Amino acid sequence: MSRTLSTTAPPRPTWQGLRLYSPAILVFLGLALVPTFASLGAENYILGLVTRLMILAIAAISLDLLLGHGGLVSFGHAAFLGLGAYTTGILLTEGVFQAELIVLAVIALSALFALVTGAVSLRTSGVYFIMITLAFGQMLFFAASSLAAYGGDDGLTLWDRADLFGTDLLHTRQGRFYATLAVLLATFVVVNAVVDSRFGRVLRAAKENPTRVAALGFDVFRFRLAAYVLAGTICGIAGMLSALQAEFVSPAIMSWQRSGELIVMVVLGGMATRNGALLGALAFVLLEVWLADLTVHWKLIFGPLLVLVVLYAKGGLAALLRPLTAEGRHG
Amino acid sequence: MAEPILEVKNLDKRFGALVVSDDVTFDLQPGECHALIGPNGAGKTTLVHQISGLLAPDAGTIHFAGEDVTRLPVHARAARGLARTFQITAVVPGFTALDNTALAVQRRSGTSFRFWGNAAKEAALNEPAREALATVGLEAKAHVPAANLAHGEKRALELAIALAMQPKALLLDEPMAGVGHDEGRQLLAVLARLKAHVPMLLVEHDMHAVFSLADRISVLVYGRILASGDPEAVRADAEVRRAYLGEAA
Ligand SMILES: Nc1ncnc2c1ncn2[C@@H]1O[C@H](COP(=O)(O)OP(=O)(O)O)[C@@H](O)[C@H]1O
Ligand SMILES: [Mg+2]
Repeated sequence: MSRTLSTTAPPRPTWQGLRLYSPAILVFLGLALVPTFASLGAENYILGLVTRLMILAIAAISLDLLLGHGGLVSFGHAAFLGLGAYTTGILLTEGVFQAELIVLAVIALSALFALVTGAVSLRTSGVYFIMITLAFGQMLFFAASSLAAYGGDDGLTLWDRADLFGTDLLHTRQGRFYATLAVLLATFVVVNAVVDSRFGRVLRAAKENPTRVAALGFDVFRFRLAAYVLAGTICGIAGMLSALQAEFVSPAIMSWQRSGELIVMVVLGGMATRNGALLGALAFVLLEVWLADLTVHWKLIFGPLLVLVVLYAKGGLAALLRPLTAEGRHG
Repeated sequence: MAEPILEVKNLDKRFGALVVSDDVTFDLQPGECHALIGPNGAGKTTLVHQISGLLAPDAGTIHFAGEDVTRLPVHARAARGLARTFQITAVVPGFTALDNTALAVQRRSGTSFRFWGNAAKEAALNEPAREALATVGLEAKAHVPAANLAHGEKRALELAIALAMQPKALLLDEPMAGVGHDEGRQLLAVLARLKAHVPMLLVEHDMHAVFSLADRISVLVYGRILASGDPEAVRADAEVRRAYLGEAA
């Protein structure tokens, strides 16, 4: 329910936009400072951890376009992480070192995979959609496991590094950190712009009432498919960053558990909100690290904790931050 | 008579053993308000669903603006100018009244595959939307989420959305269902003004509304068109009185 019932046009000066995005702005400022502080100690560990966190945030934000804004519960989103990571791994192994070529290949393959699997999956809805996206994810998982030439089950260690426009920017942890931060920022800006756009408005309306949207003359399927391709492509790029960061790829990156974790991040942060997916990924990874530090049985605590959050903190972290952001419904 | 804007021929529809459309034939002329009346369960909503494309008929054809649309999906018919309202209010509950209406304007003004720019701030979409809201008396509620509107206001919003589409024909499924007396009068006044602009098929139980708006009335009973003609003829028809009007009296 909206809290405002004003009958006049609500003013929306720029500072309200700043307010709406204030949690994300703080997070990005914090992230930009990480390398400085990391240089004080445990640099490799911290840079690696935060880069991994940012990669998951990119994946979660792209998933929220489907899950939150589109109402499409995809249970196979990690497949795109895997697709991006394996494309990167295989190309590096085969001697393609130009990051700009690798990213083009990742975008093309992710978009194609999303187009084909989306065209099939989006013919279904509800539980069937969940199952079929899961099935496509598993298909890719088993395909990767059987790639004997590229490590099979054991995965593939990457001995070579990618060059970005002939530079060695991506050869250092710091370089990869900043590259990932840039992609995360771009993802955040792009997805939130898409949500506000004409396209996003149709997607959001179709989540609430697809029959009405069709009766207006919109082909709902086409809008959902486009969202599926966009989200899959962004997640594919996250997969590429993951391969570059870990210098290793294995089928585990696209396990169904990973897809489930991405959903939990989005729900934890607050579905269909401006800052939720970013905050959810952040909270998920930090909680995981903190609990793992506390006890070896951390998974026994982590699981129930997530269940509690989902049950009781309705609307996720974004809902808790609403007094700060004044985020309401938007049309 | 001129070429009808909408032409339904020999439509059949069954749900299992239940016949809901039984060889239904009728048309809608330009400038006309054609009322479809009949008791609950007669198959009026099912007929509107078939015309708008939500349900496929078992047999028969539907022509709209000179084109066979029988096999076209809902969105394709709507995009050609066939608008409808729903008996059970169907709006986007989380969107404001203005955004619901602006979305209808958006459909007919340029591409919706635009991924940047804030759609809610596009004056070219909001201005026509405000006009449509003003036509139904909802301008003061432009920024209220549809979910928070009163029932009568939701019915008015349905109408504003349909208007904002600037349709070539309008299918109205009980636009006054469940509204109070005063709101009903307002809606009736709106419909009377609309009549001059867009041909409409009006499904309605309120006989006062039907007889004050309709140029032609068809009576549907058990999926069959029992009688069809100008209002006075239908009012006088003994069979109709027995089957329907009598029941209401
Ligand atoms: N999807 C459906 N499946 C089975 N029966 C239906 C369905 N929709 C409507 N009916 C039945 O068809 C008949 C006509 O319904 P409807 O078109 O809603 O009538 P009206 O709008 O004239 O009141 C009713 O008996 C109703 O119960
Ligand atoms: Mg009905």
